Amino acid sequence: MPSPDLQESLEKIRPTLLRFAMLQLRNEAAAEDVVQETLLAALEGKSAFSGRSQLKTWAVSILRNKIVDHLRRGSREGTLPIVDEQGDEDFDALFDGTGHWQEAPGDWGDPAVVLEQRGFYEVLELCMKALPEQVARVFTMREVLGFETEEICKELKLSSSNCWVVLYRARMRLRECLQLRWFDAR
Amino acid sequence: MKSCREVHRLVIEAQDRKLGFAERLSMRVHLILCAACRRFDAQMDLLRQAIRRFPGD
Repeated sequence: MPSPDLQESLEKIRPTLLRFAMLQLRNEAAAEDVVQETLLAALEGKSAFSGRSQLKTWAVSILRNKIVDHLRRGSREGTLPIVDEQGDEDFDALFDGTGHWQEAPGDWGDPAVVLEQRGFYEVLELCMKALPEQVARVFTMREVLGFETEEICKELKLSSSNCWVVLYRARMRLRECLQLRWFDAR
Repeated sequence: MKSCREVHRLVIEAQDRKLGFAERLSMRVHLILCAACRRFDAQMDLLRQAIRRFPGD
């Protein structure tokens, strides 16, 4: 019998888990499924939760694996959208004719401080939501779920250079968004 | 010497693939000399650290 405490605590972090899953899967039904599987696995495997790490950290690590499984299954069944060649969206305007920055990048400060600031992760989430779906999928597989680049290319049937281009665009867009909505706004 | 435009790409690609020796060298030399690209490099580093800790606390 799962302890009512654990069940209750898991229920409390359910919305966080759901948001996390939605960001990577962009599909409500699929996100509900993986979160459900995660909660069940968490209840069944409660002995694995020693209380050393935070409950949320532990649940998110289970969720990551569930999402990875889901993506792998999807790519086998061919249901993942193939990332197509995107229009030549240009970050060229950031540079002048001689290849220098038009506007030099700003000092974002010490990551240890910035990441602790209240509200930072809400803005980051907003910025990730604003990424086009395919770009977001490649980027979260790489950075949130920790896939190697070669593995992503293989799973999504992309050429390596296409993978790098997509990841480049994701990073540049997130940088732009964070600059505008977080660093400039403070 | 490589331009900032070329180096900002290398800075990003270094996160996703292993750069060749010449690429790594030219990037390092540029970063030593260019404060703007060093700040860009630091921004990309912050972004990576932030995402790895997602969804935050």
